[in-house]
Amino acid sequence: MQISPDAVLWQWGPVGLNRTILFTWLVMVLLVGISWLVTRRLSTGTKLSKGQHVLEILVSALRDQIRDVGGREPERYMPFVGSLFLFLAFANLLSIFPGYTPPTGSLSTTAALATCVFVAVPMFGIARKGVWNYLQQYLQPSILMLPFNVIGELSRTLALAVRLYGNMMSGTVIAAILLGFVPLFIPVLMQLFGLLTGMIQAYIFSVLAMVYIASATQVER
Amino acid sequence: MDSNTLISVASIVTAGLTISIGSIAPALGEGRALAQALSAIAQQPDEANTITRTLFVGLAMVESTAIYCFVVSMILLFANPFLSS
Repeated sequence: MQISPDAVLWQWGPVGLNRTILFTWLVMVLLVGISWLVTRRLSTGTKLSKGQHVLEILVSALRDQIRDVGGREPERYMPFVGSLFLFLAFANLLSIFPGYTPPTGSLSTTAALATCVFVAVPMFGIARKGVWNYLQQYLQPSILMLPFNVIGELSRTLALAVRLYGNMMSGTVIAAILLGFVPLFIPVLMQLFGLLTGMIQAYIFSVLAMVYIASATQVER
Repeated sequence: MDSNTLISVASIVTAGLTISIGSIAPALGEGRALAQALSAIAQQPDEANTITRTLFVGLAMVESTAIYCFVVSMILLFANPFLSS
């Protein structure tokens, strides 16, 4: 019974390699490799390659979503939020391959991503409004709310990390448990359900990151 | 019955109770939210995109309460701080 893919597979001196690191790098190599292959030969004419079509659909859909959620200038937030979504979606979708354990099923990965969001939100906010204006929003209704605003900032980061981890981990654990009882049929259905859950969680993670950024970069008129 | 066995029994029972009771309220709340969203989409099909997106964000917020319960039960089951191994 293994609830975390963080068990060390291969030790080389001080460096330990576990499933999480391995599959994280696999997803990264896949994303970078596909993007590099497609963007080598971009055309602005009427004849596009298939890959460029797919990438253009993805990028424009991401841009529309970011604009809907509240980023008035999607290009500023595209690199961060778009990378988050693509990484999470790929990491969760690849679990259809046997032997692959999604790296998002480990608390280390999700905590790292949530920490990225936690750091990125003030950075975007300060870049947009300046340090003083950004810090003013912690005193928003009155100065009494300062500790609660800080606690809210921390707890939403925790919830962001644990939501993704809990959903992905429970999917893999339930599949493993069911394999012991009813092999062959029910686990397949649970895997399908896990794919749906994974996509929804990737979407929710990115949308929430965008919502937090949008609330930090709001300029009061 | 040494103390470790007692702590294990209490932890397992508590973990089960935590996740079962702690998922009732979020389930009711999310069910209500979903029902409202469905009727809203039925009334305003043009706004389906906005409604769906807001619904997902809201559900994620509600979900986090159940997730806290889940975390507590997981800690009790697999990383119990009171067990002296």
